[in-house]
Amino acid sequence: MGAGSGEPRVYGRWDGPDTVARLKAEFPGAVLDSADFRGETTIVIALDAVEDVLAFLRDAPETRFDMLTDVTAVHWPARPQPFEIVWHLYSMPRNVRLRVKANAGPEPKVPSVVPLWPGAGWLERECYDMFGVVFDGHPDLRRILMPEDFGEWPLRKDFPLKY
Amino acid sequence: MYQTSELEINMGPQHPATHGVLRLVLRLDGETIVEVKPVIGYLHRGVEKLSENRGYRSVTPLTDRLDYCAAFAENHSYVGAVEKLLGVEVPPRAQAMRVVLAELQRIASHLIWLATHGLDIGAMTIFLYAFREREKCLDLFEGYCGARLTYNALRIGGVPQEFPDGWTEALRRFLDELPTRIAQYETLLTGNRIWRLRTEGVGVIDARTALGLGLTGPTLRGSGVDYDVRKYAPYENYRDYAFDIPVGSKGDTYDRYLIRMEEMRQSRRIILQALEALPDGPILAKVAGRIRPPKGAEAYFMTESPRGEMSVYLVSDGTDKPYRVRFRSPCFNNLQGLPTLSKGHMVADVVALIGSIDIVLGCVDR
Repeated sequence: MGAGSGEPRVYGRWDGPDTVARLKAEFPGAVLDSADFRGETTIVIALDAVEDVLAFLRDAPETRFDMLTDVTAVHWPARPQPFEIVWHLYSMPRNVRLRVKANAGPEPKVPSVVPLWPGAGWLERECYDMFGVVFDGHPDLRRILMPEDFGEWPLRKDFPLKY
Repeated sequence: MYQTSELEINMGPQHPATHGVLRLVLRLDGETIVEVKPVIGYLHRGVEKLSENRGYRSVTPLTDRLDYCAAFAENHSYVGAVEKLLGVEVPPRAQAMRVVLAELQRIASHLIWLATHGLDIGAMTIFLYAFREREKCLDLFEGYCGARLTYNALRIGGVPQEFPDGWTEALRRFLDELPTRIAQYETLLTGNRIWRLRTEGVGVIDARTALGLGLTGPTLRGSGVDYDVRKYAPYENYRDYAFDIPVGSKGDTYDRYLIRMEEMRQSRRIILQALEALPDGPILAKVAGRIRPPKGAEAYFMTESPRGEMSVYLVSDGTDKPYRVRFRSPCFNNLQGLPTLSKGHMVADVVALIGSIDIVLGCVDR
């Protein structure tokens, strides 16, 4: 890597197939899919397994994801389960990242991970504010960026740019 | 019998020490903080929504408006994410030029932090001194890209142009005087009794709590964690340069101050190495005129902005507009730590703490 050596850039390490296999063994049926694109590992898990899988990823000695860097969602209106909730995890001791996804229905309700990572507090509030995703168990789920009486979910694809 | 009762007062959103439009609802017992509730969103412009409705190239100028004190860092995260999405390799010369500009941006950003942080605590002189040097950084940016604040100084695949004639010489002149200037600032503050009384032991946060809250950048490093994206997940050609990551031991406002001061010196060190070994070659990789990443492609790219880890998450649906653009801003997460930091301190310390976590509201609210 570096000046003139022609090696590709390294963008940071991502967790690999070992963890995916470990999760499949630990939670049979919970891992619905996994993907690897540009060196990034994504796993899709069942909505009802979110709490257990994320707690395992944080605490298990072989994963140790001690930091939650981001919580967000992607809205796919045409899908039967239109909301894709995305968690980006980082393990400082192992220096690897992992993307965890779960799909939710048109009235999205997902367990909150605030008990696992207190930093999820604002991230989940923003996701609720923008997409209307309800994080079950969140201690203070209110709008954070938009006015409290806004009444709509601006980052959903059916929210117009202008009226 | 006297009894103090809790009082709820409002600070901001138009308050000179909140660095923009931050509103804090303070619950006080006398002058002691019982609880701080930040209220944000006053500067929310819906940048993510706007980004999802325009071409990939047209998003870069919007990123300037996120963290307007370090626009280059935001450009860098976004452009890096698009390059990762497309699998574009940036030419070595452009990588080194990006490092030069990114580190110059770090110096400029830390100077404005130092100026305002000092002013908040009552050190007026430092404000004038630090702004004098920041002016030179802005002149350099103006010389490179024509703008002083909203640079748009990157292109997908590289940089827009070579350093203009005489630019590197001007940069070297600035870097030559910088150590003397930093030493001057330190004379004013580091050993200053008032400064130390106002910062030492104020806003202590331990590493475990900081990690749990998702703090990054100097705010996390103050607690002794050496996490810096430039070392842990090197992008561009940061691997080629020798530099240290300063960390604190006590996790207080004073430690965070010392870290940013040292980071300016380290940034200078990196720029000098980069200028010394600037590779030859092209500065812009070939990228299709109309950017259409494959359907379902996703990329997550992070850089170390002056305030911490700035990540951009992109999702493509195969069209020429990004389907989802997510800006994970360091300020948003760092501000979340403010209630934890300020518990039990005095009202005046809140002002010191806002400066200490170095937020920019454009970056918090997006």
